[in-house]
Amino acid sequence: MAFNIVASSFEQKYIERSQWHMTGMTGFIFGFVALYFNFVGLMTQFMERWIIEGVLTLAHLTIMGVALFGGVTIAIRSKNLSAAGKVANGAAVGAMIGIALSLLMLFMTQLDIRFMFVALSNKLFLFLSWKQGLEGGITLQIVLSAALGALGALIVVMPKVLRRPLIWGLSAVFIVGLFSELIQLVMQYEFILGFRDWFFTWEGQRVQGAMVVFVVSFSAMLFWTIRGGAVKERFGQLSPSGQKSIRYFGWACALILFLLFPAAAGSFFGQVMMYVGLFILMGMGLNLELGLAGLLDLGFVAFFAAGAYTIALFTGEHELQILLLDRPLTWWEALPLAVLVSVAIGFMFGIPVLKVRGDYLAVATMGLGEIIRVVVLSDMAAPLLGGSQGMLHIPRPSLFGWELNDPIYLFYLTLVCASVAGYFAWALENSRLGRAWMAIREDEDVGQALGINLVNVKLLAYGLGAAFAGLAGAIFAVMLTSIFPHSFQLLISINILALLIVGGLGSLPGVVVGAAMLIGTPELLREFGEYRFLAYGAVLIAMMRIKPIGLWPSAARKREIQSAEEIEASIREQMEEEGQRT
Amino acid sequence: MAHIEVDDIHVYYGNIRALQGISFKVEKGAIVTLIGANGAGKTTTLNALSGILGLREGSIHIGDTNISDFMPHQLIPKGIVHVPEGRRIFARLSVDDNLAMGAFTRNDKAELSKDREYVLEMFPRLRERLDQTAGTLSGGEQQMLAIGRALMSKPDVLLLDEPSMGLAPVLVEQVFNSIIDINKTGVTCMLVEQNAYMALQIASYGYVLEGGRIALEGVAQELAKNEEIKKAYLG
Repeated sequence: MAFNIVASSFEQKYIERSQWHMTGMTGFIFGFVALYFNFVGLMTQFMERWIIEGVLTLAHLTIMGVALFGGVTIAIRSKNLSAAGKVANGAAVGAMIGIALSLLMLFMTQLDIRFMFVALSNKLFLFLSWKQGLEGGITLQIVLSAALGALGALIVVMPKVLRRPLIWGLSAVFIVGLFSELIQLVMQYEFILGFRDWFFTWEGQRVQGAMVVFVVSFSAMLFWTIRGGAVKERFGQLSPSGQKSIRYFGWACALILFLLFPAAAGSFFGQVMMYVGLFILMGMGLNLELGLAGLLDLGFVAFFAAGAYTIALFTGEHELQILLLDRPLTWWEALPLAVLVSVAIGFMFGIPVLKVRGDYLAVATMGLGEIIRVVVLSDMAAPLLGGSQGMLHIPRPSLFGWELNDPIYLFYLTLVCASVAGYFAWALENSRLGRAWMAIREDEDVGQALGINLVNVKLLAYGLGAAFAGLAGAIFAVMLTSIFPHSFQLLISINILALLIVGGLGSLPGVVVGAAMLIGTPELLREFGEYRFLAYGAVLIAMMRIKPIGLWPSAARKREIQSAEEIEASIREQMEEEGQRT
Repeated sequence: MAHIEVDDIHVYYGNIRALQGISFKVEKGAIVTLIGANGAGKTTTLNALSGILGLREGSIHIGDTNISDFMPHQLIPKGIVHVPEGRRIFARLSVDDNLAMGAFTRNDKAELSKDREYVLEMFPRLRERLDQTAGTLSGGEQQMLAIGRALMSKPDVLLLDEPSMGLAPVLVEQVFNSIIDINKTGVTCMLVEQNAYMALQIASYGYVLEGGRIALEGVAQELAKNEEIKKAYLG
């Protein structure tokens, strides 16, 4: 199945090229990236955003970062060069980026192309030329970019003792600056207000704040690089039980911090983490279908919708529910119903596509998912499901007479549900059924010949996968207290698929990491509006190129890659031996 | 009574007739081979036996049971297991998991570990590679794994499709020796082969397929001496 090929292709090896070719290509690509950022208007927006207040904007950092990464890339790729050669090539790449930007400046002054590219404003020109006019700007831009390219290469060739702390220090400043507003949101308590205001303004971090962040993270990493080995050694000398208890203590601390964080940090974080939690739930469900059973499902959002609409139908004021019951159900009573309805939809979903395999399955399930959305939207179902008006006034659940009306409470609710569901997902993975799923993922016919009832096992994959999405839908309904058909677009299914692949297909921790990356980060960067999806796409492409097995691959996948690498290494060894003999 | 009795089966792929009335018998505890050229219908016959292909006419009996309409997964409980052409091990699972999958329908733990031991004794190479991903095994090891996986279901009947395909002569001999060993424990073996020479050496009885029909049958040793067969298949 073609999808498998995408998800399982090993890292492509670079073909050996001449140094000129590599340096030229790298400079060209990074120059193009720099121009692209300008043309799409990213820079214009980033200019408004201080990383270090009054000194550096995000736009400066981005344009400089491109040159820096150009230098890093060429230094890593040119393996046969001396340190000085690497730095020189880094400078060359940087200079090419500078030239690209200079050409842009030249164009902006000589031609009026703003009618096509709205982003190429006068402000952008001032930014690119560092307010030095055309000639001064071009000189400065080329020199600066070359210097940054050289610096990037220098970072690669410098000794580890210096490199690691430097990278950590710079990244820490960048991350703190980027999320400064959010960090200030967390620091909302009276007794640290003074501290906070010394570090930050609402525009960005202050110079002194950035310096403290840099020094602290730099020296912490420096200490770890120099002394870390000794610490690890001493840890290794402890008795195994001692090691274990320290490890458990560490995990317990991390868990407690994680649990307390949303309560301490406020509703916004509660909301984001809850949203991530919903996607973790759905991710675990699709992981059963795709990661274990190998059934690609692009209509997964339908199960999510089924859960949400069931809650809306049975807990809100609704004619059908008045007809059937004498009072609306509470959320807790409706929850099992929501899950059951989703499972039923999952079964119904599975039956028509039982004999469809591979790429065709993706298209068929996509169609089924759309059918559900269109049915919900239709006039026929409108009296029942509200059509495009959606269903409003869904009451929030309450616990012991206490209404869970804050996102933070709902986050904890999601957390509990996700933990329970996670346990089930883990148990399923290691069950007989889980093994049957893996077998049919590998080879349906052989699995059947070994006694697996294909129909049952496939329908169970759809049904149980749907249960997770139904649970997520049930929470989603009370998160917004109203639901609309447009909340259940195909994009949700694709998002879940993407987070599975980024996390590592078939791996439960991978689901969590993938959801945090692909759902959490864009939520936190809401201020950049549509541009975050640009970053989202870039991350996906980069992931597929750099680490196609995912951020946290399952043990089996890791083993698979390892043994493939070992075999490759042994073949290479053999060939070298033979080469020496002849 | 014969262990496997195939009576006048007709199998079609859509409208294309693949088998036109094949009948044969396999005695309990025998090794019977089905030889023939490419496209003669050897694999089709095995696939019909193991329920992958449906019959248009005719019947298949295992002992007293009519299995003509059985689905593939219903055959394992009847003691029939199919080692498919091209090995088709679960490439991304470990060797150990592959063996475990062979015993998917069983839940007699004690017997099961004994059978696992038996398989690993027969194929010591597999023991060395229990934790390795099956896809990284060599061709011969994969064939051993495919047979070992089938044995884990504790079958009475082993259907083998081209076990010698793509293997070096030394390995072919090893695989065929293990088939003899398995047969000695009382397992009926139905062997489909292109390597007619080897197949007729270990089988007691043989059928020659040609264009979806049985062209010739007889005691294996005599078939091996038959001039026509020598010319056509043995070279």
